[in-house]
Amino acid sequence: MIYLRAFLVAGTICTIGQLILDNTKLTPGHITALFVVCGAFLDIFNLYDKLVIFAGGGALVPITSFGHLLIHGALENSVKYGITGLAMGMFDLTASGITSAIVIAFILSLIFKPKD
Amino acid sequence: MDKEKYQKIVDKNCPKENVGINAVKSFLVGGFMGILGQLLLDIYTTLLDIPTKEASTYMIITLIFVGSLFTALGFFDKWVSWANCGLIVPITGFAHAMTSAAIEYRKEGFVLGLGANIFKLTGSVILYGVVSAYFFGLIRVLLFGG
Repeated sequence: MIYLRAFLVAGTICTIGQLILDNTKLTPGHITALFVVCGAFLDIFNLYDKLVIFAGGGALVPITSFGHLLIHGALENSVKYGITGLAMGMFDLTASGITSAIVIAFILSLIFKPKD
Repeated sequence: MDKEKYQKIVDKNCPKENVGINAVKSFLVGGFMGILGQLLLDIYTTLLDIPTKEASTYMIITLIFVGSLFTALGFFDKWVSWANCGLIVPITGFAHAMTSAAIEYRKEGFVLGLGANIFKLTGSVILYGVVSAYFFGLIRVLLFGG
């Protein structure tokens, strides 16, 4: 059942992006940025957490989960250190993803030549 | 020629995207990415005995690695232009954007090419993610106490 829910949630999020892409003049760059902001916004009210519990990987794979992880890293540290903690914990949960993306992209750029 | 007439000609000659088929493609490919994410989570938690929270980190790193590698090998571009948001919205799109920028700008040098442009496409995700998470976090701390 979790697989069906993961399929439906991830598919729906991607379809929303596709409909925005096809019906407006926004580019994929606009859409990913917009979705990250939406993910962070939904977690003011813990809504994205509920979606993660409901759909598991289906909610974690779309880029919206990046905003969700950013705000949760910030909030976890704000409990300990107050408002300063927001900045201290911002990258706590996303650090692994960003770091590995940078390192992998760097290494691959050394090995591969651009294809035309 | 005035601007309106010109715009009409541009609109007429722009290739029409089939909105319905694109939406179905995105739904299926995006849904499949969701299943793949959940499958990786299950493999990591049950077979390798990794706690759920760490397993989701490994799952995201795996997808980033696969997306980056396929981009570098050259065929992921074709997949992205076929599936559009089905592959752009999942985390593979983030990896694809970063790796293709890195590979493309490396020939302009390591600092001014690669270093200056690696975040060319993904910078907006990080910028608006951080700014929005900061202010939404601030709102939540002030309203609900964290």
